[in-house]
Amino acid sequence: MKKYDAIVIGAGHNGLTNAAFLAKAGLSVLLLERNPYIGGATVSREIYPGFKYSNCSYVCSLLRPEIYRDLNLAKYGLQIVPYGGSVTLCENGDFFGNFTDADVARREMQRHSERDAVAAVRFDRDIMRQCKFIRPFLMRTPPDPTSFKPRDIRELIHYGKEYYKLGEEVIYDTIRFYTMSIAEYLDEYFESGVIKAAFAGSGIIGSALGVMSPGTSYVLLHHAMGEVDGSMGAWGFARGGMGAIADAMAAALVDLGGEIRTDAGVEQIIVRNGRAVGVALENGDEHYAQVIVSNLDPKRTFLKIMDEKDLDPSFVEKAKNFKIRGSSGKLNIALDGVPEFPALGKDNELIRGDMHFMDSIERLERAYDDWKNGTWSKDPYVDMLIPTLTDPTMTPEGKHFMSVFVQYVPPKVNGRDWTDADRDAFGQTVLDQIANYSPNFKDLILDVEIRTPREIEAEVGLTEGNIFQGELTMDQLLFNRPFPGYAQYRGPVKGMYMCGSATHPGGGVMAAPGANAAREILMDLKRPNSVPEGWVDD
Amino acid sequence: MRSRGHFRKNVYPSPFHSRLEPLNKLKEWGRWHDYLSADTYICDSKEYFAVRNTCAVFDLTPMEKTRVTGPDAFAYLDRLLTRSVEKVKPGRVGYCVWCDDNGRLLDDGTLFHLHEGDYRLCSLHPQLDWMLTSAIGFDVDIRVETHEVAALAFQGPTSCAVLRKMGLDDIENLKPFGIKHYAFAGTELMVSRTGYSGDLGYELWIDPSAAEDLWDRLFEAGELHGIMPFGGNALDLVRIEAGLLLCGKDFLPADGTVRPERTRSPFELGLDWLVDLSKPCFNGRQALLEEKKNGSRYNFVKLDIDGNKPANDSFIMLQNKTTVGHVTSAMWSPSAKANIAFASLEAPYGQVGEEFLAEIYYQRELKWTRVLAPCRVIDHNFFEPPRRRMTPAPDF
Ligand SMILES: Cc1cc2nc3c(=O)[nH]c(=O)nc-3n(C[C@H](O)[C@H](O)[C@H](O)COP(=O)(O)OP(=O)(O)OC[C@H]3O[C@@H](n4cnc5c(N)ncnc54)[C@H](O)[C@@H]3O)c2cc1C
Repeated sequence: MKKYDAIVIGAGHNGLTNAAFLAKAGLSVLLLERNPYIGGATVSREIYPGFKYSNCSYVCSLLRPEIYRDLNLAKYGLQIVPYGGSVTLCENGDFFGNFTDADVARREMQRHSERDAVAAVRFDRDIMRQCKFIRPFLMRTPPDPTSFKPRDIRELIHYGKEYYKLGEEVIYDTIRFYTMSIAEYLDEYFESGVIKAAFAGSGIIGSALGVMSPGTSYVLLHHAMGEVDGSMGAWGFARGGMGAIADAMAAALVDLGGEIRTDAGVEQIIVRNGRAVGVALENGDEHYAQVIVSNLDPKRTFLKIMDEKDLDPSFVEKAKNFKIRGSSGKLNIALDGVPEFPALGKDNELIRGDMHFMDSIERLERAYDDWKNGTWSKDPYVDMLIPTLTDPTMTPEGKHFMSVFVQYVPPKVNGRDWTDADRDAFGQTVLDQIANYSPNFKDLILDVEIRTPREIEAEVGLTEGNIFQGELTMDQLLFNRPFPGYAQYRGPVKGMYMCGSATHPGGGVMAAPGANAAREILMDLKRPNSVPEGWVDD
Repeated sequence: MRSRGHFRKNVYPSPFHSRLEPLNKLKEWGRWHDYLSADTYICDSKEYFAVRNTCAVFDLTPMEKTRVTGPDAFAYLDRLLTRSVEKVKPGRVGYCVWCDDNGRLLDDGTLFHLHEGDYRLCSLHPQLDWMLTSAIGFDVDIRVETHEVAALAFQGPTSCAVLRKMGLDDIENLKPFGIKHYAFAGTELMVSRTGYSGDLGYELWIDPSAAEDLWDRLFEAGELHGIMPFGGNALDLVRIEAGLLLCGKDFLPADGTVRPERTRSPFELGLDWLVDLSKPCFNGRQALLEEKKNGSRYNFVKLDIDGNKPANDSFIMLQNKTTVGHVTSAMWSPSAKANIAFASLEAPYGQVGEEFLAEIYYQRELKWTRVLAPCRVIDHNFFEPPRRRMTPAPDF
């Protein structure tokens, strides 16, 4: 049987990226995917005839442009089209629109608070400062602060220098920023409830924390540190759906000589003499390679497809204790037309951006209370978009796809597993909420795909349906991601590596974890590096 | 309460728009915050020479205007601004800057002491957030009145003659930085002898409902005195000649500047005269005292550059080609017949008389040329006609 240089388990966008850079460096690479399709949470599937849904992730900003360019993804058909703006529809029938044009944005904010409209300048500045600090580290391997290896020391010094470069005032702010709740942070800038609520949303997406929980400021940053064509913090649609990203990566990989097999779930990583040597598939096949890379989250990697006896007990404990709580769900809806939102009136461009219904910090926190109580939020936070108002390729003419990301949705309902009835009741809660703001919405529905953490885990393999392969809290970031001492993509046994969103710099369609892992693997194999360095934005 | 469609009005027409529109021969409008604003009406050079030779009108309405009243108005402003506010007596105007707690400039502007204890602060950018933060503990009322006051800058040697012709009694005796109030069309016209041109000139302030009336009377009176509108481009030329800074170009507002080291203190902009360290307490004082002690990072200079190629965006170098700064504003001055610029240089460079090289790139028919033009630091403004300060003001 053919022996590969590397086997990558899981064709999520990070597995694809990792395999592509390994192939680019000249390695023979086999990429194994359990599903009949690739992409993991970066996927677009035709579930309802004629309609493509972005089933999981739905918008793109984090995808590192260095990788986009180096893997030639444009050549393989990828195009990211920025959309601007967002709107919060209020319970009282009003709305708050957030615009990309500074003057228009200010005028709309003035309607809610004359002062906030000015404070927003300061807010943007401070968020941008944090972005500028964090972005250079995205394409770097985190140093191990306990190590005396020259490389770690060099990197630590680099981090330290960058940190001190921020200047006294920003240093203080940074420490506070990383530990504060988003609600507290926003209180330092804004007075209007709806403005605060509008910005607070990105502090909770994908995390099992409330707007008042410490650490949620960082989650906001995680959503602000991306870009579209150099416009920092901008988000865009992948033309054709998010699956277009995975498809372009797969085409690049195949062109570079890599091999992709779908319907090829890995049952076991084979370890011999303390070294990972191959994989056994669910269908009984075995494949061998010098290097085994897992794109799965640590719970799946270490507790499901590795034999616990091959691992140190304290390591198994770490995997068991890894925080990967599910908090999100999603509805993908096929529509017969564009729903009307009377609050917005006719021809309002705000319908092309993110739409939200949470108009106060208190409502957001109440939504989290439901999650803690073991149920889905009765008045949930949604991040809702109609990509087909921008992208003409996903649905038949005149029809639309609506993507509704929902929080909070617990991994279990009142401590027991989800049932189909629970799932449908959850879906109904969300549809009813939307209908409160759009009277003709329900009449337009052709199909609804409802995804609770149960479906997300079953289909994508994200444990508990956690969208980021593990929560983005300080104890699980940088040199602590996924676990202290294992942040440099190397697994607990020789020849075994991790490349998924559970590694630095974390979740989202970013591709940096996959690329960073490839660089480490090539270093261990003493092969020339094929992974681009991060671009400097000074 | 603003209407829901408020954001849709991408730009408001100014209260003078009906008069400006037909005069805007180029039909090109730009935006200045909430308003349509023209960079050029007819031709930059014609407009520039109108300001220097006859008189011209610039629509100043979009300027941010914040009213400060209440028992503590003086104490509050004395705390907000770096200068002594004491010296801005009722009926007077003072140029001023204000800083954040790090002593870095937020904006510059003019403080109008309209009536005893009743002030208006004019600035380029909205300031409400910092102004309210700074008001903690003061009994003051702070209100944005940007849209409630229509304003014109009326600048040039014949401006006083035109205002007299309009019937503004005793206007020639209004001193620089003085204010006079006149009854006009059933409302009040406020005239201040202020401006951004370094020339004889006035600013006219009126209720928007009387704006068109004011415009018509002004143009009627000015017909034989060469009156015309001037746009943002000509304004930029006259203010550089006059040695006046522009926020956003010569310095950045600290509340919106991502890289903290890119902000500037008043000392680093040559505005020492606007900082009164003898005041016991004002925003940024602590930091400015320390800067005084330890030295500033930058020097702001006016440069006289050899040759006739404007030094826009140029690096400023030592004779050995080490870069020590860059140009922030530059132009060929038609009035001084000089090639002039403002630059920010790393301290200690920038002493009067010091010589540098300006690295200038210019293009002629798609061919680019680079010159290293010798230049020197000067201590005077490029253009400063005596009529600017003369009282009574001359007729031309
Ligand atoms: C509902 C939802 C919405 C999201 N929205 C956004 C968004 O709008 N923007 C954004 O940037 N991010 C979003 N995210 C996050 C982002 O999609 C993920 O963080 C990212 O796609 C994860 O990529 P990955 O390659 O690390 O892992 P995954 O995509 O999880 O890939 C893992 C792959 O491994 C496969 N696999 C699992 N077990 C096995 C096995 N035993 N053998 C072989 N293969 C196996 C899986 O099928 C999967 O293909 C969202 C996620 C979800 C779930």
